[in-house]
Amino acid sequence: MTTMQRKENNPIAHLTPEDIEQIGRELDAIRDEVIESRGERDAAYIRKVIRTQRGLELGSRAVLLFSLFPPAWILGTAGLSIAKILENMEIGHNIMHGQWDWMRDPKIHSTKWEWDNASPSEQWKHSHNELHHTYTNVVGKDNDLGYGIMRVDENQPWSPALLGQPLYNFINACFFEYGIAAYDLELGRNLKTKKRRRDPKFRAALRATRNKIGKQMLKDYVLHPALSGPSFLHTIAANATANLVRNLWTHSVIMCGHFPQGVETFERTSIEGETRGEWYLRQMLGSANISGSKAMHIMTGNLSHQIEHHLFPDLPSNRYAEIAPKIRALFEKYDLKYVTGPLPKQVGSAWAKVFRLALPDRGPATERPARKKIDPAAPKAQRWKRAEPVAAAVATAASTVTAAASTVTAAASNAAAVAAASAAVTPAKS
Amino acid sequence: MAVTHALRNGAWRVVELITTPVVPTDYLDAVAPLRNRTVLRAKIESVRPETARSASLLLRPGVGWRPHTPGQYVRLGVDVNGVRLWRSYSVTSVPGLRDGRFSVTVNEVPGGAVSTHLVRYTKPGTIVHLDLPAGDFTLGAQTPDKALFVTAGSGVTPVMGLLRGHLSSLRDVVVVHSARTGGDVVFGNDLRKLAAEGRIRLIERHTAEQGRLKPADLDDLVPDHLERDAWACGPNELLDDLEAHWAQAGATARLRTERFRPVVVGDASAGGEVTFSRTGKSVPASGAEPILDAGEAAGVLMPSGCRMGICFKCVLPLREGAVRDLRDGTVTVAEPGDDIPIQTCINAAAGPCRIEL
Repeated sequence: MTTMQRKENNPIAHLTPEDIEQIGRELDAIRDEVIESRGERDAAYIRKVIRTQRGLELGSRAVLLFSLFPPAWILGTAGLSIAKILENMEIGHNIMHGQWDWMRDPKIHSTKWEWDNASPSEQWKHSHNELHHTYTNVVGKDNDLGYGIMRVDENQPWSPALLGQPLYNFINACFFEYGIAAYDLELGRNLKTKKRRRDPKFRAALRATRNKIGKQMLKDYVLHPALSGPSFLHTIAANATANLVRNLWTHSVIMCGHFPQGVETFERTSIEGETRGEWYLRQMLGSANISGSKAMHIMTGNLSHQIEHHLFPDLPSNRYAEIAPKIRALFEKYDLKYVTGPLPKQVGSAWAKVFRLALPDRGPATERPARKKIDPAAPKAQRWKRAEPVAAAVATAASTVTAAASTVTAAASNAAAVAAASAAVTPAKS
Repeated sequence: MAVTHALRNGAWRVVELITTPVVPTDYLDAVAPLRNRTVLRAKIESVRPETARSASLLLRPGVGWRPHTPGQYVRLGVDVNGVRLWRSYSVTSVPGLRDGRFSVTVNEVPGGAVSTHLVRYTKPGTIVHLDLPAGDFTLGAQTPDKALFVTAGSGVTPVMGLLRGHLSSLRDVVVVHSARTGGDVVFGNDLRKLAAEGRIRLIERHTAEQGRLKPADLDDLVPDHLERDAWACGPNELLDDLEAHWAQAGATARLRTERFRPVVVGDASAGGEVTFSRTGKSVPASGAEPILDAGEAAGVLMPSGCRMGICFKCVLPLREGAVRDLRDGTVTVAEPGDDIPIQTCINAAAGPCRIEL
């Protein structure tokens, strides 16, 4: 993988700027359709998942009170592992993305949710939602590319320390929740200089993480084991196993999102003045899906629909599967590569890259062009701004959603929204 | 006492540590939603139609409820098509029902999401959220010798609460009520019965035939209206007229009004004044610019992140007013008392609005 801008065969060379804006329009139309139809059914879905997860967690922990008996240990550990995975992925990750904020339920809201993980939600939301999702796969801006400890792109410089990266990756997988916490704290960067170490903001974040880890540890390794009395040690082992299973699983799923073969990366300078259409295109090329059954999608928190998730990080996760065929058709229409595959293949592909890039690049050392400076005079990116609707584009759009239809739906939904809003202007007392 | 209290608190702390990162009541909510001390809820026990377009809901509140004073209203948070919407409704039942039960009366507003949902589609057993009763449209400390109630349309609901709550102590009561037709009178039967029993003097005005009530009409209908302690509730035009009439007579202190306060949704493209309530700054914002940009340009320290609507770092509570999503035109409206989190990086002002920062 080399950043797209340095490749000999640029995969988007065949697209004109107008094509890219048209892709943006068609994606916005798909987004509008989902927003328009969001309602009762979706609310019932997330509430059911939460209820199921809580029931499963409570039940598993109850069974683990008797973890002295091997069948209880196995059953309880399996249940708790699944409950923790559901909580982190389909529930926590997605709620913290604001996917359910539209329900205006303070119990299921991105600003209020705290998850069963070492990293405090506030810090995770910053590094994940704000940095990773905005600067996806931009080398030097998106730290998710190798998490700052690995080289997963040819354009990242090699050093002898990286020879150990398969080992680092394995250790990171086992202790993934702490890896995430360290990553969200930007430990590597913040521990480097005395000034950064003493920065009160960093100290406060460190304290918050320490407190969170303390509470998590107390729960899993002291209180629940204590409750189980004679099964004390067995429950510790069960909880540690559940955390390990959850760590390995989430790490594997997340590796599949952006590291497999076929995913593109981007130059820092390529996103100057980026338009909404260009941002969408970067998400399309910078993500990879995992194919599989419905249960598999739920267990990955629907991150198996990574492409759909990166295009619309704030749409309810239960809708990704529904829009996936339309997104795939859009890829085909514009002759772009929709990267997907079953979990073992994608995990294998990502690991292969971790091994391969641990070594320096083969062949004669290529001249690394000087790092381009970011132009301060470049126009500010206005990624929220939709492309102007174009009536003439009707002819070119045959499959999927036509531009005309999209403009109409957008206009209709605007009208409907305004109508609904003025209807909602009911007297304070009615 | 202190010891048991400390023990209970300590035990609760331990339970909290066991359920971290959620709170124990999150588990309890699944089985006993009315037992939550931190979230006030109520169960709808029955829905009784009043007219073709209105209904009274009998509610059983959970722990933490405080009984109302007649004339007050409660804000109900109702999930309509998956979205929790809050509206205020007057309490219309007599105080002191068993277990704090009370009823509110809802009038269907044409196109009104919540009122339509409550009047037509709500089934007994539904759980709704609520706030404690509020409002100062009450009788006050002293029972008046002579009372006058002027109401129109759904404005009769708080007055019905007042009548039911204080009828035994009120001696001389006149109710002037306007509705489109006789069939549209909410509590028509109750009011007429009270009138037939001689408990109140009822003057019904059917505006479809007789036209709207003017304050001057009161000179004939209730000659001593300015000597009475008066309560009025109804559309703003009526209340404006009445207030002017009472002011002219120098009797402002005798008239209490309860207003419907609709939120002003401006022309979507025109924008409006954005007020940041804690910093006290006010900024004129256009309808095409994100509130985040408008605030920053005026020197307000705004939280921000992706600036494209995906990271939710810029979310602030909209306390009043209307904003429009620049991506798809969705308008979000907050009534006074609301607390609706909005993303400032992709929302523009759609009329005057107040944001908590």
